[in-house]
Amino acid sequence: MNLLTKMFVTIVTMFITLPTLAQSLESEGRSDLNLRSGVTDISSQVYDLHMLMFMVCVGIAVVVFGVMFISMFLHRKSRGAKPANFHESVKVEIAWTVVPFIILILMAFPAAKTLIAMEDTSEADMTVLVTGSQWKWHYKYMDSDVEFYSTLATQQEQIRNKFAKGENYLLEVDRPLVIPTGQKVRFLITSDDVIHSWWVPDFAIKKDANPGFINEAWTNVNEPGVYRGQCAELCGKDHGFMPIVVIAKTPQEYEEWKAEKIAAIETAKAEENRLLAMNMSMDDLMTSGQKVYLAKCAACHMPNGEGLPGVFPAIKGSAVALKDRTGHIDILLNGRTGTAMQAFSKQLTLSEIAAVITYQRNAWGNNTGDIVQASEVHTYANGK
Amino acid sequence: MSTATDTLHHDEHDEHHHHHIPKGIKRWLLTTNHKDIGTLYLWFSFIMFLTGGAMAMIIRAELFQPGLQIVDPNFFNQMTTVHGLIMVFGAVMPAFTGLANWLIPMMIGAPDMALPRMNNWSFWILPFAFLILLSSLFLEGGGPAFGWTFYAPLSTTYSSDSTALFVFSVHIMGISSIMGAINVIVTIWNMRAPGMTWMKMPMFVWTWLITAFLLIAVMPVLAGVVTMVLTDKYFGTSFFNAAGGGDPVMFQHIFWFFGHPEVYIMILPAFGIISHIIPTFARKPLFGYASMVYATASIALLSFIVWAHHMFTTGMPVAAEMFFMFATMLISVPTGVKVFNWVATMWRGSMTFEVPMLFAIAFVVLFTIGGLSGLMLAITPVDFQYHDTYFVVAHFHYVLVTGAIFSIMAAAYYWLPKWTGVMYDNTLAKWHFWASLVSVNVLFFPMHFVGLAGMPRRIPDYALQFADFNKWISIGGFAFGLSQLIFLALLIKACRKKGEPASAQVWEGAEGLEWEIPSPAPYHTFETPPIIK
Repeated sequence: MNLLTKMFVTIVTMFITLPTLAQSLESEGRSDLNLRSGVTDISSQVYDLHMLMFMVCVGIAVVVFGVMFISMFLHRKSRGAKPANFHESVKVEIAWTVVPFIILILMAFPAAKTLIAMEDTSEADMTVLVTGSQWKWHYKYMDSDVEFYSTLATQQEQIRNKFAKGENYLLEVDRPLVIPTGQKVRFLITSDDVIHSWWVPDFAIKKDANPGFINEAWTNVNEPGVYRGQCAELCGKDHGFMPIVVIAKTPQEYEEWKAEKIAAIETAKAEENRLLAMNMSMDDLMTSGQKVYLAKCAACHMPNGEGLPGVFPAIKGSAVALKDRTGHIDILLNGRTGTAMQAFSKQLTLSEIAAVITYQRNAWGNNTGDIVQASEVHTYANGK
Repeated sequence: MSTATDTLHHDEHDEHHHHHIPKGIKRWLLTTNHKDIGTLYLWFSFIMFLTGGAMAMIIRAELFQPGLQIVDPNFFNQMTTVHGLIMVFGAVMPAFTGLANWLIPMMIGAPDMALPRMNNWSFWILPFAFLILLSSLFLEGGGPAFGWTFYAPLSTTYSSDSTALFVFSVHIMGISSIMGAINVIVTIWNMRAPGMTWMKMPMFVWTWLITAFLLIAVMPVLAGVVTMVLTDKYFGTSFFNAAGGGDPVMFQHIFWFFGHPEVYIMILPAFGIISHIIPTFARKPLFGYASMVYATASIALLSFIVWAHHMFTTGMPVAAEMFFMFATMLISVPTGVKVFNWVATMWRGSMTFEVPMLFAIAFVVLFTIGGLSGLMLAITPVDFQYHDTYFVVAHFHYVLVTGAIFSIMAAAYYWLPKWTGVMYDNTLAKWHFWASLVSVNVLFFPMHFVGLAGMPRRIPDYALQFADFNKWISIGGFAFGLSQLIFLALLIKACRKKGEPASAQVWEGAEGLEWEIPSPAPYHTFETPPIIK
């Protein structure tokens, strides 16, 4: 029994000292053990609070377990200890009720102060609307026309272990959110379908995206850089695959980026109008349609078009894809209310919608021979 | 408590006269005997523990390395969901109900539970609830995949067709729990032996009484919220759908109004168990009995006003956030009192370290670690960083596995000789304890680190920086799971009565009515109530 007790003591002490070890590694620049102090004043306050709380907890643990282990060592029968018979002491009991209470009050002050600062979203320099949907983020700059979807950029082959995994595996997106440093940026956060949660650890922001309601958060980033986060609320099948990347640029670089973005939107609009007048060939439609399908549709309907039985319907052999041509266009544009099928009218261009419909009507043995052109989608969209 | 030697002879006497024990399957199907029903509950919960554990192993196998290897994300989500549901409603809660059935009548000197037929019914509907839940996994589209917390609208508009089965199975579990709770309250209220005043009741009885009130208060709330999910999904209501005037966050308020007291339902009986075991092996009365009772009651009352600390990121007004932060911090005061009382009970005792005591000491240390990380989680501004990460997973597994489940194992070892009449196999027991203790910490401790470093919970695949720790966590998980097979072997051995015969008192320092009847406890006990002096 002696040996057992010693083993027990060793193991438990190990677990008390481990956190302290974690902290020392942290000071050596390792960040895979502890919270990050982040890049905003708020995030560093949060980090300090975390360390304060952590130290208080370690302190309490050391005292309580210390007394317990001393007792286990001294007051054991094998050492001939005779049991005392005391079983209450009003003084001691009052003391260990009041002392923790005082410690709590001392903790509550800095916590409340930081919390109030975090929730003060007033007087922001700019505002970005963040909208979650299964399984991507949409960013809209409220002071301009700039808006875009941001989706996972990691290849499926890396996830399926066919290619080697890259450095930012699962933490990389096609179009990151860009914000200026040194300005108070307010985020309005909402969702198009289920609840998501927008989390960027370096800003100490985690706010749920609730469908039908808008939440607020803010940040003021001190250092330019690339900051990565993830969706933090279970939102369905691909919850683990909707990362967040925010690039903080100096205000000047940010303005340049924004001007480029606005120009790009103009070009895209002109291109869209040009394509509207053109008829694309079946081959072109199929090639571009497959690309769109794999990027936007395959997560639910699966790359082979068979869906997940009982969860997401198949497109292969479905009545909509084989027969109902206008119904097919309608579902793509407007989604289907009461299901997970999203509206793609603002996610895809008209020619992309035309291409993906053509693809769905001709791939995997859906050999309808139908060709849907952008102009047809355009007419349907405006005819409603 | 006190002696009841006089009545003992009556009991043995009666035993010879009548009451033959029925044989075969009918004994178990039709039984109204609190000991039989307790045994059924305990075996059922152990089978569920192994089932839920198997699911945890699937989860840990997938997370052993980055990338998707073994299961697809949809099935992964079903595993996390059903693992949670089974462990909460199938393993921990029935285990405590089983212990209540076995022990409460013996501890208060009652012949049986007050409502024996309802007792039979409340057990026998449970296997059907879990059959329904498990069968949904084999349907097209799979079982529930929205987490055991089933947040709307993921569980309504966006869930698979098996959601109705999930709802009905939760309803049945709820009915079973409510019936069990009513039985406990009626038994304790009316059937205590003469002279057993409230403040003479054993701690396990006290904590279960308070737990039973919590159950009656919150299980109907759970029933309500699953029904709202059902009607939102199938009958076009809009409780949680903003487009119809509802609010998805309201779901979380209702769910956690059930969910937080539920947390204490799963830990208060554990406090009771530990308050029996530590005094026995310290050979010294429990320190601060009265303050233990008051602390338990305060925790139960506070548990009703802290629910929204699970929801700090949902976007509450800052005043609400502060209220729930302060209220949550307050819970650590009565919880601290309990821990201090246990340490003070050990102080200047004469301790020995039999396996129940080892589990009890591990409980005190590891539950306290879980409690301290809970205190950190209470601090709203920092909770924004911890919320929905592996830090939370580490926290609630410390309080539920090394808390609730370790206490159940401690209880099993402590009272097993009383139930079976033989001492358990001490070598196997020690192997079980040490293997569990080491592996459970390898399993859950590194979760604190990956959580702080930013790994969200409920993801089937993760960024590369989390890979090393996840490997260790998985190894710990497999080891902990396999260690439970030692426990299974030990239990089978004990139930087949292989081992040294146990005395009535079993443990040198044991006190209480259950230790004054022979081991194994006769089929009927205390038909004439003992007198408590």
